[in-house]
Amino acid sequence: MGATLKDATAIAGIGQTPFARQLPESEKTLACRAIVAALDDAGIAPSEVDAFASYTMEETDEVEIAKAIGAGDLTHFSKVGFGGGGSCATVAHLAAAIATGQASVGVAWRSRKRGSGPRPWKNTQVQLPTPGQWTRPFGLLRPADEIGMLARRYMHEYGATRDHLFNVALACRNRANQNPAAMMYERPLTREMYMTARWISEPLCLFDNCLETDGALACVVVSAERARDCRQRPVYVHSAAQGLPAQHHGMVNYWTDDPLTGPAWTAARHLWKGADLGPQDVDVAQIYDAFTPLIPLSLEGYGFCGRGEGAAFTEGGALEIGGRLPLNTGGGGLSEAYVHGFNLINEGVKQLRGTSTAQVPDAATCLVTAGEGVPTSALLLRS
Amino acid sequence: MTPSVAPATDNRSDSAAGLLLPVPDDDGAPFWEYAARGELRIQACADCDALRFPPRPCCPHCRSFSARWQRMSGRGRIWSYVLPHPPLLPAYAEQPGYNAIIVELAEAPGIRLVGNLVTAADAPLNSVDPARLRIGAPVKAVFHTMPGGVTVPRWLLERP
Ligand SMILES: [Zn+2]
Repeated sequence: MGATLKDATAIAGIGQTPFARQLPESEKTLACRAIVAALDDAGIAPSEVDAFASYTMEETDEVEIAKAIGAGDLTHFSKVGFGGGGSCATVAHLAAAIATGQASVGVAWRSRKRGSGPRPWKNTQVQLPTPGQWTRPFGLLRPADEIGMLARRYMHEYGATRDHLFNVALACRNRANQNPAAMMYERPLTREMYMTARWISEPLCLFDNCLETDGALACVVVSAERARDCRQRPVYVHSAAQGLPAQHHGMVNYWTDDPLTGPAWTAARHLWKGADLGPQDVDVAQIYDAFTPLIPLSLEGYGFCGRGEGAAFTEGGALEIGGRLPLNTGGGGLSEAYVHGFNLINEGVKQLRGTSTAQVPDAATCLVTAGEGVPTSALLLRS
Repeated sequence: MTPSVAPATDNRSDSAAGLLLPVPDDDGAPFWEYAARGELRIQACADCDALRFPPRPCCPHCRSFSARWQRMSGRGRIWSYVLPHPPLLPAYAEQPGYNAIIVELAEAPGIRLVGNLVTAADAPLNSVDPARLRIGAPVKAVFHTMPGGVTVPRWLLERP
């Protein structure tokens, strides 16, 4: 038995820029602002940074960032693929590097001007991570169409309804209404608004889709020992996992025997194996919500309920504050900001520090997940 | 087998209709060649006979690098479907109410093809009333040659 990640490292600092449909500054500037803020939050000098991790889709790189913020000599840098599936893995890679002595102060970040920029699917030349020759000629153009297919099948197999998807959208919107930094702050959602909203890809409507956001976030990972001397209460990386199931095909996962059990199941098995805790011990969850149906699928995958029970799980206010599993307490990708899930990591840290704008009383354990449907990752954080 | 489809460096937006044409990779090229002959074929292992889709260089069951292309009946059932609405690429937005479906093949339930349900091989993508779409509905393949010269499978209801 080799080294374990369990509680060996901690998130010591978090930082973010404002979130808006359009911000004037460049992605590079936004990235630097978020990273400098995260290091300041931790009380660690930028010259101490020796590791970086981000997404392969991140367009600012460690060379530019390190030069701009005045980082020291870097001894670890890594990138994780598959868009929002890589969010938690950035922290996991830093945790692994620090736990094994490859580095001592790691920064993970994501900066994205998705609000200002073009819609990625409009580029007809790029084949994206999906095998486009089998899908795009038939007008299955966008991630919303690809996930809409899974959603329709899920609704058919398990009797899930649009009301279940509304429960997800509403929980996220209600938390955003408590979070002044959220794009949907002071913009309440009603069932009537949801049920009469325009379709994007039927069965998914406007409110089943995440926001288009400009913004950046970062966090700082150090050893647990170092974290205890930092400015903020440490948030320990208790367990971490990536997940790419056998025979999985990317976001278009129609060619496995069972397309409704996606990467979440694989990541979950490894996550719980490395933890002293189980789903029943999770106080609050930040579950990747590019589209509402990812929530019931993830609830099943991470073991909060059985197969086919994810939709019913959302009933009775279960995802609200005071419910069985408070969800996406900053508003999530649906209502706070869509920055490829990085805001879910930082919100998990806020919950375990006790500083969320929608604080779950005495929250001590938080699950954070990356995108379901694509090769994914997850973190189990504890205070 | 030499792919008869155009090289991948071309601009594949079909200038006539604006619909996207398939951009085949090396493994997928034979599928489109057979489609051009009106045949629906799926890659199969030449050693253990396991079908696989999408095509790939090696059999995931027995690791054989030897493959053949097995002709399918063209019959299947709708596994799921969506009705995409704007924002869309213009050529698709011009066919409001069009559908995209997934068909599970009758002989190989794990193999599912994305396509369109239409009333005839050359009918518009929105030719079927969306109310007719139903998971489980039996369908059969037909072949449509797009204005760019590439032939794609499309699907008709067995009981229109
Ligand atoms: Zn074989």
